[in-house]
Amino acid sequence: MKILVCISNVPDTTTKITFTGDNTEFNTAGVQCIVNPYDEIALSRAIELCEGGKGTVTVINVGEVATEPTIRKALAIGADDAVRVNAAPRDAYFVATQIAEYAKANEIDIILCGRESIDYNGSQVAAMVGELLAIPSISIIKKLDYDGATATIEREIEGGKEVVSVTGKFVASCAEGTAEAKIPNMRGIMSARTKPLQVVEAVAVEEVGKITKFETPAPRGSVKLIPAESAEELIGLLHSEAKVI
Amino acid sequence: MSVLVYVEQVEGKFKKSVFEAVSYAKAIADQQGTSLSAISIGNVADNELNELGKYGASKVLKVEADQLKNFVNQAYASVIAEAAQKEGANIVVLSNSFSGKGLAPRVAVKLKAGLVDGAVELPTTDGGFSVKKTAFSGKAFAIATLTSENKVIALNPNAFGVKENEASVAIEAFTPEVKSSDLTAIVKEIVRATNKVSLPDAEIVVSGGRGLKGPENWGMVEELADLLGAATACSKPVSDADWRPHSEHVGQTGIAISPNLYIAIGISGAIQHLAGVSSSKVIVVINKDPEAPFFKVADYGIVGDAFEVVPKIIAALKAHKS
Repeated sequence: MKILVCISNVPDTTTKITFTGDNTEFNTAGVQCIVNPYDEIALSRAIELCEGGKGTVTVINVGEVATEPTIRKALAIGADDAVRVNAAPRDAYFVATQIAEYAKANEIDIILCGRESIDYNGSQVAAMVGELLAIPSISIIKKLDYDGATATIEREIEGGKEVVSVTGKFVASCAEGTAEAKIPNMRGIMSARTKPLQVVEAVAVEEVGKITKFETPAPRGSVKLIPAESAEELIGLLHSEAKVI
Repeated sequence: MSVLVYVEQVEGKFKKSVFEAVSYAKAIADQQGTSLSAISIGNVADNELNELGKYGASKVLKVEADQLKNFVNQAYASVIAEAAQKEGANIVVLSNSFSGKGLAPRVAVKLKAGLVDGAVELPTTDGGFSVKKTAFSGKAFAIATLTSENKVIALNPNAFGVKENEASVAIEAFTPEVKSSDLTAIVKEIVRATNKVSLPDAEIVVSGGRGLKGPENWGMVEELADLLGAATACSKPVSDADWRPHSEHVGQTGIAISPNLYIAIGISGAIQHLAGVSSSKVIVVINKDPEAPFFKVADYGIVGDAFEVVPKIIAALKAHKS
């Protein structure tokens, strides 16, 4: 069994988000990058499924050379090898096309990614890869079991869950619950340095759109404090002033 | 040229988020000077389909094939793409729901369309077709400019609102060919708590944090939520400690929400939590620490012990309702 895990290189969750170039570019100065937290969940589940020699885990990232420390982190967590598609990750369609091309050329059984990246908040790559490969894709899953041929998957729906069964190749995007994110140990960190990291060139993809500008949310007005002794006043304010109840 | 909106049904009914997507799609159709069609897949009664006319759909394609009774994104995407071609629609609108997130990207690939998901405003059309969307988990917005001829937009719940715009609606049966290769994923079971308000599209959310000290203290959170018709939510430490399920975790690595009212009880307001809730229209913070960062983004704040404050609010709400 071969599992391909797609990882994004994203700003750390504590990053203060600012922009440069008249709000056209994300300001990367001083920003620490990490493996997208949801992708870590996907990777952790992939490693669990392959435990005991049941398979191998390859991580794939579409990014320029600067993302290699993030890829090494994924190798330290426990992936067997890595592929970097050497290009800036222009948009989800571009990234999905690169991943689908790699999967076509290599015998991949399962493709996993995170439910979304925490930078552009698309939940696009998994379903696009599924479509490009003409195989099922299950988005936003919270449980994944695999018996070597058939996967039993729980996906999130509004107010509940849906259990889906898939036989054959598939793509899934993982949310919390699928696995506990693994933390690399010292042995993992040491071995990550020498694990294979293959660099491949990107295929050309027609442009369908791009991010042209960023905005930061308008600052909120100052808080109106209500004394704890008269907490009941809140209800009147929400009703007649804020008009939300 | 026309606009097509996919109307997601749940057990034969449409939720508010669907009427919102129809309202939004109608506004785009008006912008483009064209008409709006809707596509419904699964068994929905005609009187429910007629409701779509209230929000501006002038035509509804209904697909009732038995093998499409359950949501399978691969097959549904084929049907929607085929409907778009049949209607000559170059803009397809969906709700950015859990199912919508699995569907919109497949539709976009089929139509060779640019996709904006998490849209929060109507497109602007001067100098290109641009749509504002959430980015960096609510810490910013991005303007995505689509250059492809076909376009797919997935609208965030509560971003646009429901707008009535009466049109007379024609219902038309649509029987696309369903390929068995599109139906290899099989839905085995659907578990849905019908007595609870679903969190992603809730209008009011009551959320608890570590300040509540333990899962046994959630009774008052649930009581307040019940009285308000609200969904319950929690912060990351709470779901990490298994006090509440992961599906309730709001924040940067959980669900991002934008309800009309968000009430945070015993949550300090770490940057990761604020990211997921800062687009709420009104924020109420109840925390005993006056230095809690959450007060900086709150509209109303109460500095005090949740175990004293919340029961007072519940009593006042009961009095207000009666």
